[in-house]
Amino acid sequence: MSYKIPMGPYHPALEEPYKLDLICEGETVCDAKLHIGFNFRGIEHLAETRNYIQVIALMERVCGICSNIHTLTLCQAMEGLTGLTPPPRAQYIRVVVAELERLHSHVLWAGIAAKLMGFKTMFMTCFELREKVMDILQAISGNRVNYSMNRIGGVNRDIDDPQAILKMVEALEREMARTVIPIFTTSRTARSRCAGIGVLTLEKAVSCGVVGPTARASGLPQDLRRAAPYAAYAEMEFDVPVQQDGDVRARLLVRALEIMESCKILRQALAKLPPGELHSGDDKFAFATGTATSRVEAPRGEVMYSVSWKENSRNPSRVHVRTPTFANMPAIRWMVIGARLADTPLIQASIDPCYSCTDR
Amino acid sequence: MNPWNKLMCYCRRRSPWLFHMNSGSCNGCDIELVASLTPRYDAEQLGVRLEGSPRHADILCITGPVTHNAVNAIKTVYDQVCGPKAVVAIGSCPATTNVFIDSRTLEGPLNRHIPVDVFVPGCPPRPDAIVLGIAKAAEILANRAAKKLPVEPVCIPGTECAAECAAGCAAKAAASEVQP
Repeated sequence: MSYKIPMGPYHPALEEPYKLDLICEGETVCDAKLHIGFNFRGIEHLAETRNYIQVIALMERVCGICSNIHTLTLCQAMEGLTGLTPPPRAQYIRVVVAELERLHSHVLWAGIAAKLMGFKTMFMTCFELREKVMDILQAISGNRVNYSMNRIGGVNRDIDDPQAILKMVEALEREMARTVIPIFTTSRTARSRCAGIGVLTLEKAVSCGVVGPTARASGLPQDLRRAAPYAAYAEMEFDVPVQQDGDVRARLLVRALEIMESCKILRQALAKLPPGELHSGDDKFAFATGTATSRVEAPRGEVMYSVSWKENSRNPSRVHVRTPTFANMPAIRWMVIGARLADTPLIQASIDPCYSCTDR
Repeated sequence: MNPWNKLMCYCRRRSPWLFHMNSGSCNGCDIELVASLTPRYDAEQLGVRLEGSPRHADILCITGPVTHNAVNAIKTVYDQVCGPKAVVAIGSCPATTNVFIDSRTLEGPLNRHIPVDVFVPGCPPRPDAIVLGIAKAAEILANRAAKKLPVEPVCIPGTECAAECAAGCAAKAAASEVQP
């Protein structure tokens, strides 16, 4: 006889408020239903009441983990409407901040995954390492969470001393290679806890339309940084780690390898940082009537913004956001079916959900 | 006060347990709260522990601008925390609803629904400010248990709100405005 276990919306295993109804038979999960909407702040509607400067500050607060990605995507879409092109230095600084953000997001996820595995020492180690990433972000932008680096046609702040930042990144890379990566790639504890659970086959991954590391862990080699380069990604050399297994361990591996790739991109971008202006310098620009879209590879997958504007208006007439969790969420159902009840917190966390982005 | 109560007051001040609740926050403050409990900032040196159940907690840490869907949950969770209890509002969102002001799906600020003891403004506040806020809440908790009244709301001024504090802190003004 099957019974229903409601989890949430406020539950110790969940980082954010959402509700997971698990239909179980004994210890085995037969089906799952996900209810979201507890974070709904009506940001898309609010954006229509804000002008072109305020809307950047508003969209930065869609998500506290990937705040830079949201402003980057929005600014790219608005640049499409105004016809401004950011100068090369701004493009490189955008890459540096975006990669640092990916680093801190992946390390944060690794920490939370370690906690859900019951590996609390690793959780503390990850957060200690994450503080070093935050130090670099703070050295560049002065802030820890909402960096406010992007503006229309460029960035707000310069990287004054790329060599000092490069040294910090190299120290960080050594530390990552020494502690986090071996534990997540070769440790028996992590392997025995994660291997073979929450499997998402390639077929299901395609039919659910998953994005980002979740897709790459199921054998879909998709990465917008490679497929549709934005900012200065076309000039960077990096690999896109892909795993074929589709289980939680594959997702762990993809993220661990991506941490190293991010460090590689950071080193290249900081070494090659071109001289020049920080923004196009154009204070007077006009928005054309129409809709512009922009796609960016966030730490969790693809973010898409579609911004509509009417000529001579200060406010956007519509800002539509599609977040990676929205695409990855339906896959949770296929991952938990047949899983043990005790594994479900780890499985649902393995897509790195961000419901505050999804609800907005 | 009898020695037993004295001991309880001492324990409450020295080892308050937290329950964290996200009332529609953007995750920024939640992550900073977790960061303040981890090795660099180490709020656990205050005897603080993050608890899974509100019934075990002394201090309720609330982040977020209080969405329509979260209001009833906040009231329920507040009632579930055993007294004496203290509430810490982390971030500018629960104090003033921040950038989301005018949104139709928000029921904030937080002190319209439950009494708040410590405001930690900032978007998000730095982990050091959060640790200080928790320490202040522990003090308030001990005073409340010892029935040293009245207990006024406290504000932890951060670097971000220095300008506002000079002109009279926004969070404090909001706190004195409405009490349930």
